[in-house]
Amino acid sequence: MTTLLSPRPAILDERISMKYGAGGRAMRALIEGVFLAGAAEAPNGNGFAVGLSAMDDGAAIRVGDRWLVITTDSHVIHPVFFPGGDIGRLSISGTVNDLAMMGATEVLGLTCGVILEEGFALDDLRRIQASLADTCREAGTTVVTGDTKVMGKGELDGIVLNTTGIALTDRVVPDSGLRPGDVLIVTGTIGDHGMAVMAARHGLDLEGELRSDVAPLNGLIRAMLAAGGEDVVAMKDPTRGGLASALHEMASKAGVGILLYESAVPVAPGVRAAAELLGIEPLHVANEGKAVIGVRPGAAQRVLKALRGHPLGRHAEIVGTCLADPPGALVLDTGFGRRLLAEPEGEPLPRIC
Amino acid sequence: MCLGVPGKVIEIDGILATVDFWGVRRQIRLDIVDEPVAPGDYVLNHVGYAIRRIPPEDIGETLELYESLLADSTDEDLMAADVRGELAAGEVRK
Amino acid sequence: MIPQEGGFAQMKFRDPARGKALAAELERLAREIGREPITLMHVCGSHEQAIARFGLRATFPPSVDLIMGPGCPVCVTDLPEVDEAVALAKSGVRVATYGDMLKVPGRVFSLADAQSEGAKVDVVYSVSQAVDLARSTDEEVVFFSTGFETTAVATAAVILSPDRPRNFSVLSAHKYILPAMEIVAEIPGTRIEGFLGAGHAAAITGWGIFEPFAAKYGRPVVVAGFEPLDILAGLVKLLEMVRDGRGGVANMYPRCVTKEGNLRAQEQLWRVFETSGGEWRGIAFVPDGNLRIREEFADVDARRRFDIDVTSLWTTAPSELAKDCICGGILSGLASPHDCPMFGKECLPDRPIGACMVSSEGACRIWHQYGGRPDLRTLTPQPPLPSPPSLPHRERGSEQTTEVRV
Repeated sequence: MTTLLSPRPAILDERISMKYGAGGRAMRALIEGVFLAGAAEAPNGNGFAVGLSAMDDGAAIRVGDRWLVITTDSHVIHPVFFPGGDIGRLSISGTVNDLAMMGATEVLGLTCGVILEEGFALDDLRRIQASLADTCREAGTTVVTGDTKVMGKGELDGIVLNTTGIALTDRVVPDSGLRPGDVLIVTGTIGDHGMAVMAARHGLDLEGELRSDVAPLNGLIRAMLAAGGEDVVAMKDPTRGGLASALHEMASKAGVGILLYESAVPVAPGVRAAAELLGIEPLHVANEGKAVIGVRPGAAQRVLKALRGHPLGRHAEIVGTCLADPPGALVLDTGFGRRLLAEPEGEPLPRIC
Repeated sequence: MCLGVPGKVIEIDGILATVDFWGVRRQIRLDIVDEPVAPGDYVLNHVGYAIRRIPPEDIGETLELYESLLADSTDEDLMAADVRGELAAGEVRK
Repeated sequence: MIPQEGGFAQMKFRDPARGKALAAELERLAREIGREPITLMHVCGSHEQAIARFGLRATFPPSVDLIMGPGCPVCVTDLPEVDEAVALAKSGVRVATYGDMLKVPGRVFSLADAQSEGAKVDVVYSVSQAVDLARSTDEEVVFFSTGFETTAVATAAVILSPDRPRNFSVLSAHKYILPAMEIVAEIPGTRIEGFLGAGHAAAITGWGIFEPFAAKYGRPVVVAGFEPLDILAGLVKLLEMVRDGRGGVANMYPRCVTKEGNLRAQEQLWRVFETSGGEWRGIAFVPDGNLRIREEFADVDARRRFDIDVTSLWTTAPSELAKDCICGGILSGLASPHDCPMFGKECLPDRPIGACMVSSEGACRIWHQYGGRPDLRTLTPQPPLPSPPSLPHRERGSEQTTEVRV
């Protein structure tokens, strides 16, 4: 048995800083230390299958002989329009994908709450609304109710969108179902969204193919589940914190080790080049149109084939396997040697050394 | 200490060069580099400045240097040791 | 299939097969030397980054202990220097800096903390972006500049440029590496037998600058690049020199480093900067270790342009903890993080005291995160690992041909 001490629990600061929203250890510590502390546990048995304490992508509630999956997500992004997408497309995709990651690909409907900053341009709002509607059509769903608020100038940065979604499914796929021997598949290139946004945000003046991958994945996941069935045992969308953060969470919830083969992880040439230039690890960069899927080893090729048959899964690859030991750790095989791949702390930034 | 990334010069406009880093392009400045730079040249970029023109022949030279290190481990005869000694004398400047 | 074959992924200097051969050569040399530990030091944050990123430590012989010297300029930036930048930002001046510096705390705050309280702080990739920022506004823009001589040259070029905007100035935290190497080499009882020199600093200064150092301390210096093969080959050369008891300097990075270095850059560097002594965070007072803007350029020196009041930051007395920090001992291989009474108590990744906790690759940070220095060799499960996933047939994109891989 390899002796690796488990990471120490993070300590919460007196004031909230940006790292608590970056999707890594700090954010989980905040949820565990504030929101879960004192919250009543969801009624077990006749009610909730997956509640808040599971810290999964959403919750699942038994309704008749099916599961109702519900999830909510708030969206802030700067800039609001970025190469490959905008906040409207992001907010629909984010919620549809969180439902899909639970196995719920038939979306019944979405809610959309909008908070605007005084002075926000109406034309921009129209563009966002059009994009929102287009993305809904792509996902085969619609916004069924909404809410609008306006706040004073400087009280928020332009626009905040909150979307809640509900969907029904016969089988819930948790993010904790991995066991040793399982195979991990990513549905396409890694790091596209975060790199495109970072380049736009910091005025890096990079010319090249840097486009967000933001897209609703429920169609892809539906096709994949039809092929993989019960052998699909865990799913997660590697958003903030990137693939590294998603795999850390899956490994720690399931108590398995994950061995990731760096050379197998698909990275678009533009993203790889930008990552080299800025000194950023692509595995730490956010995605908004990708999933990482854990399957039983016998189903790997079947699932891969189904993914590649869908336009959003053309670049799917097998990227890793699960080990019994060391539990909870993410080990990266670089081709030269192995190393522990840490979870990112906060948003990645360009560096000079 | 310093993240340096090589890239290929595509175009030059005065003190600015458009450099291709195998997938993304960025303008970098030529205030510091100490040799004339032309399109097609490789340069080493640090924080948006070219700090060195990389002569293509030097790339081969570096690789040969590494190969010679590896040759050390396989050839155990005395003659090879002599050659290695000469090589080392050339590389190591006291 | 994404054309992984193109670009950086296929660079010759990242060929794992050649890497394995060089690693085997390291093993052979370590056996020949026959004692342990063989302590070597690199003095470059980017070497550590590359070693960590490519998992190279797992390929080193167990007897070789390659320690991280004071080569991360961000980590060694002293608390009062960060305080100056934070004080400027809090006083309403727009502060631009490199991404590495944003989260590094001073005695009370980091620039990120100031930013979350509303101060104007911009992350830039290049000093020239900070100049553009100044051109686009009437506000005062201060560039908080960190980095060793390689980075300082870019700052010097901006300061020398005739069309630099009037509202632009520089708060220099630039450092000069050679004096710090001397400090480390002079620590009594040090076991360091050889140094891996930083290739990109040497691209500016030339490898010749290490000759007096190597002669004075009788230890070899090998200048190496930053790709996996560059580092492994540099270590092979260094072990050869250690085995043979040779001093001197070897240049294993000839594609970027010459003996004289970049004379044009040196001319700009020394026209703008002069060395001065300064504290390096958690290490020591380093005579001639800081780069200060010369009097001639006082108008662009933020320290002369503004009355920076760092005491305004301190709601309570500044921490005296820094004096108990043992980073100097850790960086010279004489101590481990567990020897430090503050490790994991007062000194944490979120609020680091010394350089070794600031850097994401610093010894203290890694020990804190993983409960010790993880030995990745033991991570190889027995029986051997599952072989790399058998990848199904890949449709190849059009094979990219690139003439030269640098």
